[in-house]
Amino acid sequence: MQTLILSIVLLMCLLIAAILYRIAAGPTVFDRAIGAGLIGTNALLMLVLVGFLYDRVEMFVDLALAYAMLNFIGVAALAKYFELRQENPS
Amino acid sequence: MTILVILLLLGGALFLCVSCVGLLRLPDFYTRAHAVGKAETLASLLILLGLALHNGIALSTLKLLLIVVIVAITSPTATHALARAAIRSGLKVWRSPRGHQSHDVAG
Repeated sequence: MQTLILSIVLLMCLLIAAILYRIAAGPTVFDRAIGAGLIGTNALLMLVLVGFLYDRVEMFVDLALAYAMLNFIGVAALAKYFELRQENPS
Repeated sequence: MTILVILLLLGGALFLCVSCVGLLRLPDFYTRAHAVGKAETLASLLILLGLALHNGIALSTLKLLLIVVIVAITSPTATHALARAAIRSGLKVWRSPRGHQSHDVAG
């Protein structure tokens, strides 16, 4: 089970490196925002998995709980800001 | 029990790969939001449910289920807010360059 969790965490590191390409090269700012949200979700899952890996689930679950809410607030604030800005996004 | 946990974790990893491929390969913001918003939610639910099943009966299992509820509510809401902001700021919807007959998404 530890090996499976470790390999999933390493796969997530590769996926985050691939998502960074979309954040760097995304045509509009909304692509970058949705890539940032996806990286936030990956980091949330990675926190819980690393908690199981280090066998300290209680502490890491609290961190992940705070991170889930912060991720939503960040993406919603980005959406609200770029909705109010009426010019063509780039 | 262990078999079920392994299946849930592998399914979550598969759907994370699906969301990443969709984000990289699809041609438009709206199609990318369509791919990411659903695959990301399902992957989070599968991985967190698998870990809650692995953890057994404890207080941290309850917190894991609370994270499941929060992610299931907030992740589609965030994607919907971004798509609404995009369509209100005038981002054009992608059309296939080969006319209206072809429905494939190459590119």
